[in-house]
Amino acid sequence: MGGLQKKKYERGSATNYITRNKARKKLQLSLPDFRRLCILKGIYPHEPKHKKKVNKGSTAARTFYLLKDIRFLLHEPIVRKFRDYKVFVRKLKKAYGKTEYSDVERLRENKPSYKLDHIIKERYPTFIDALRDIDDSLCMCFLFSTFARTGKCHVQTIQLCRRLTVEWMNFVITSRALRKVFISIKGIYYQAEVMGQLITWLVPYQFSHDHPTDVDYRVMATFTELYTTLLGFINFRLYHSLNLLYPPKLDSKTESELKEEDEDDYAMNSESYLEKLSALSSSLARVVSTAEEEEAELDQFPDEGEDIEKLEAREKEQKQLEAQKKLFDGLKFFLNREVPRESLAFVIRCFGGEVSWDKSVCIGSTYEVTDETITHHIVDRPNVDKQYINRYYIQPQWVYDCVNAKIVLPVEDYFLGVTLPPHLSPFVEEKDGDYVPPEKLKIMALQRGEKPAHGQEDEEEEEDEEEGEDEEEEDDNEEEEDDEEEADEKSLKKMEEQRSKGKSLQVKVTPGKMKVENPARLEEEEKAEEKRLAIMMMKKKEKYLYDKIMFGKKRKVREANKLAAKRKAHDDAEKSKKKKKTRK
Amino acid sequence: MEFGAVFRSLTFPQIFNFNKKPAEEEEEEEDEDLSDSEDSVFSGLEDSGSDSEDEEEEGSNDKEDGDDEGLKTGPEESEQVEFYVCVSRVFRVQLFSDVVVPVQDIRNTVGNIPMEWYRDFPHIGYDLDGKKIYKPIRNKDELDEFLDKMENPDYWRTVHDKQTGSDIVLSDEQVELVNRLQRGQFGDVNFNEYQPQVEFFSGDLMVHPVSNRPADKRSFIPSLIEKEKVSKLVHAIKMGWIKPRRQDDDSRGRYYDLWTNEDSSILAKHRMHLPAPKIPLPGHHESYNPPPEYLFTDEERALWEQQDLSDRKFPFVPQRFSSLRQVPAFPRFIHERFERCLDLYLCPRQRKMRVNVNPEDLIPKLPKPKDLQPFPTTQSLVYRGHSGLVRSISVSPSGQWLASGSDDGSVRFWEVRSSRCMKTVQVGGAVRSVAWNPNPSVCLLAVALDSVVLILSPSLADRQVVSSSERLLSGQQEEEPAEGVGPVTWSEGEGEELNQGIRLKIQHPKAVHQVAWHAKGDYLASVMPDHSSHLQVFIHQVSRRRSQNPFRKNKGLVQCVSFHPVRPYFFVATQRSVRIYNLVKQEMTKKLQANSKWISSMAVHPGGDHVVCGSYDCRLSWFDLDLSTKPYKMLRHHKKAVRGVAYHRLYPLFASASDDGSVIVCHGTVYNDLLQNPLIVPVKVLRGHVITHDLGVLDVTFHPTQPWIFSSGSDATIRLFT
Repeated sequence: MGGLQKKKYERGSATNYITRNKARKKLQLSLPDFRRLCILKGIYPHEPKHKKKVNKGSTAARTFYLLKDIRFLLHEPIVRKFRDYKVFVRKLKKAYGKTEYSDVERLRENKPSYKLDHIIKERYPTFIDALRDIDDSLCMCFLFSTFARTGKCHVQTIQLCRRLTVEWMNFVITSRALRKVFISIKGIYYQAEVMGQLITWLVPYQFSHDHPTDVDYRVMATFTELYTTLLGFINFRLYHSLNLLYPPKLDSKTESELKEEDEDDYAMNSESYLEKLSALSSSLARVVSTAEEEEAELDQFPDEGEDIEKLEAREKEQKQLEAQKKLFDGLKFFLNREVPRESLAFVIRCFGGEVSWDKSVCIGSTYEVTDETITHHIVDRPNVDKQYINRYYIQPQWVYDCVNAKIVLPVEDYFLGVTLPPHLSPFVEEKDGDYVPPEKLKIMALQRGEKPAHGQEDEEEEEDEEEGEDEEEEDDNEEEEDDEEEADEKSLKKMEEQRSKGKSLQVKVTPGKMKVENPARLEEEEKAEEKRLAIMMMKKKEKYLYDKIMFGKKRKVREANKLAAKRKAHDDAEKSKKKKKTRK
Repeated sequence: MEFGAVFRSLTFPQIFNFNKKPAEEEEEEEDEDLSDSEDSVFSGLEDSGSDSEDEEEEGSNDKEDGDDEGLKTGPEESEQVEFYVCVSRVFRVQLFSDVVVPVQDIRNTVGNIPMEWYRDFPHIGYDLDGKKIYKPIRNKDELDEFLDKMENPDYWRTVHDKQTGSDIVLSDEQVELVNRLQRGQFGDVNFNEYQPQVEFFSGDLMVHPVSNRPADKRSFIPSLIEKEKVSKLVHAIKMGWIKPRRQDDDSRGRYYDLWTNEDSSILAKHRMHLPAPKIPLPGHHESYNPPPEYLFTDEERALWEQQDLSDRKFPFVPQRFSSLRQVPAFPRFIHERFERCLDLYLCPRQRKMRVNVNPEDLIPKLPKPKDLQPFPTTQSLVYRGHSGLVRSISVSPSGQWLASGSDDGSVRFWEVRSSRCMKTVQVGGAVRSVAWNPNPSVCLLAVALDSVVLILSPSLADRQVVSSSERLLSGQQEEEPAEGVGPVTWSEGEGEELNQGIRLKIQHPKAVHQVAWHAKGDYLASVMPDHSSHLQVFIHQVSRRRSQNPFRKNKGLVQCVSFHPVRPYFFVATQRSVRIYNLVKQEMTKKLQANSKWISSMAVHPGGDHVVCGSYDCRLSWFDLDLSTKPYKMLRHHKKAVRGVAYHRLYPLFASASDDGSVIVCHGTVYNDLLQNPLIVPVKVLRGHVITHDLGVLDVTFHPTQPWIFSSGSDATIRLFT
């Protein structure tokens, strides 16, 4: 008896969430402003566990934010700036309406602006946090830096993006942090390891964009605003961690070399420095001029109780990494004009190679085509008129494949006019049971130091072996049962075969051989049956889960088998074609 | 011919004229307008001139124009001068419009009126004397006009004067004047437009002021309006409404070391924050030059195109380019980036715990079947002989004989060990159910077919047993059938039937589906499923030849019944539930909910505390009567409807038979300890029966003493598994 009546939806999860519209009203912001605020502050909606409870009994689709998040936004100084801006726009409109142009001018000079430094600091309290989240910002900046300087966004933004990306690339070159490169149909993926964080970004190909109409560039611009700020601070910190000057300066030595060329051909004075930086062909100036990086030796801590094996593995990895960093040391590349210059120059310089290009392609070329010391000439056309004897003429894919394989690959497959071997993604790590393309197997063999088999026969043999494997896999596929069950089936088949053999024998003479059975196999069979019976006794929930897992596994196997079958069909077709050719 | 010749001779100027004509015509029109607006001035003067020219032309062209000449009069010599004077007067009018000069035609006194008003009159006005001025007789038609245009070299300078109705040919000076006017120049050639201007007000300080007015007072005292404006500005500045021009700080693009002092205290605030998941890394499919197996085949491509956007495994079609220079821009690049942006700020994030279980761990740990032996494992005997599906089998309490009833209308008796058919009884109807009397001291078999229950005495036992069973059957004769005509009638076998062993016939009102003996062997229950009647179950007492219907009400369609092996309980399975009745107290003690759609069969554990029910929806439910009315365990082993279940009398085994052609034998230990739940372990799946007409195994029963199991199937066989 007594006590207040409890009302519904006044406690519990209903009070922890707030709908978007309510949040907007609470913050007194328009929807676009609210969006901008959410983007900048990194506030995202939450999915309540019991949606109906939170939604006060209604099942209408609504977006919910955490009430705490919105309270957090209430104290954001930028909200005030947004309101100021709204007032500014109103005043400006009024002044225009009254044709008071002096007022307009005065207002424009006092246009409210905001800085995002504190937000960056708040969102990424430590530097590592910021580094971890830099993927998107890099992608976005690289995209914006390729935009034409008309229309879609402010020219300053584009220039800033370009500047920041060039700085980033220069940093990656200097720190030799690049690990993997992948040419996809979307663009070129790069993966670098900076302070132990793997950072992946995607750079579109250098084409003008066909701007879609169903994309809200305001949203993208807001993101870019945040990302440029973030990237700028990160670049600053990274440059200082390497004792480099920020904003980057070219090395005085190289600068003087570059000065000789007349710069006016390429760009105006104001832009030429950025252009020279973006050429990526020269090293950067350091605060303290030190000798070339001294390698930090991995100290050994033998008595830390760690397994010796682990330690050894780590050491080995370290060595491999060092070797990869010096992949192109001592090689001199020359880029023909039709290859993507920036990407190749970036990759080659990241691994210690020297690179140059024709003077008329871009600023910053360091040597001519005629240089006798050039070892590799990268060409992407069927043939070249004038060839020098003492260099390889190769297609650009070689560079990328070498980086991914971590060794200098043999150049034969990449000569001009040769059908290139497939370019594989370095990001795929095959677990056992997954399909591994044969090219990858070859590269792995090369990595282990095995000599590639050159002869045609050997290759065919290899193929045969692969086929054998494939066939086995196919058989597995057809059965589509658990591995053990497959094993069972196999054993059963074999038993049957044995039996049939036994029978045929029995007809002839020996009556006693029929019962010969493999005890191990019998045992296996028994186990399999046990398992099947146990599965029958599983609870409904567990059984569901089990079935799901098994289904996933089977699907994986099926897909792998499908790929293998496709490959086999393709190889067969190729072979038959070859045979026909030889016959002719 | 003459006309033709003239025409030919004039072709050249004609062309010339054509070329010139349009501009000139315009000019003429303008001239006309001009003359119209400014009072037609020179109408009369030109009359004569134009006429004279006309005359000449006409004279050369056309001799019939003679009539005109008489009318045309006027001083030709003064024409030029007069005209000039008129024009200059017009100019004066233009220049000094304030000076009104009445300009009037001296010849025509009608004034400045639209001349159309005179269109229908023979005259066009009046001269100074008030006499009518007659229109010149003009009979120029279109052709004449045209010819005139072609031939007259002065045509372009000929103007029609409406006021006098005559054509005027302008002289060179006049044309020049018109041209000058059109160019916007003064008509007078000698007029100098650019005379030096004499300024009335100049910057030079003169000795005398222009006006001698004394200076105003306001030029001595400060302006109030200005003061007001300034004070407003000052106020606005004071109040901070107008802000001083902001210093252009360059700090926006400046970067510094933001993370100089990283404190982890902020981290604590962000515990709820979920960092956005990274974009998945690309696989081989996305390569510009993927291995051939990753490219789409035609079917895959078609499938991809048909699929909904969200169902697609990849948002792009894998493509292959033979070299890097051929790779085009990716058309959806900006889209994908934008979608990522949307995901980042619009997608609800949720921490999802991934189930990372080893599937092996999910499988329950059960005792090994090997440790639970004995149980039937292999098929050892097949009893063949029936020609229809075998619906029911039953083993004699001694375990030596097996009776089977089939749809071919026969009951067969088999010797278990030898699979020999000892006896065949043709009963003339599809047998639904057979049941051996469980009392080992009698040898009787109850057979249900159609609406009759037969009691057979197969005489397949010791003589003593046979005689005791005969005695049981004959003992009833003492009972007089005095009850009259009940729903059930008892009759004895006669003639041939006696030879076959049919001793008693119990006629039921409806088709009997099942018979079940009481453990003592005296009582027999029969089931007649029917929705509408309460006459569904009968309990017969063989020794007294008495039948009774224990239920007064219909509680649902009865599927099967069974007696409790020890206590006076009676189990009735309806569609959804099993009811347990106490026969002594004559009341229901329990109702078990089977949780299945339609119970097909039921078996009672020899201990009497457990019941297992099979149902048509593939389930097997085990009830522990002491535990609950809900099933202790539901087993979904079978893929199809369960047809029969059975308990072993001695061993802890039970079995279920299903339409999928399998018999599953399970180990079911029941403990005496009430706290310990029964242990149920499936131990063997027995297969052997062939599925015919979608029916598999129809009945299953255990051997009374051995761990053997019999099953009968729709393939007309009975199989023994040992």
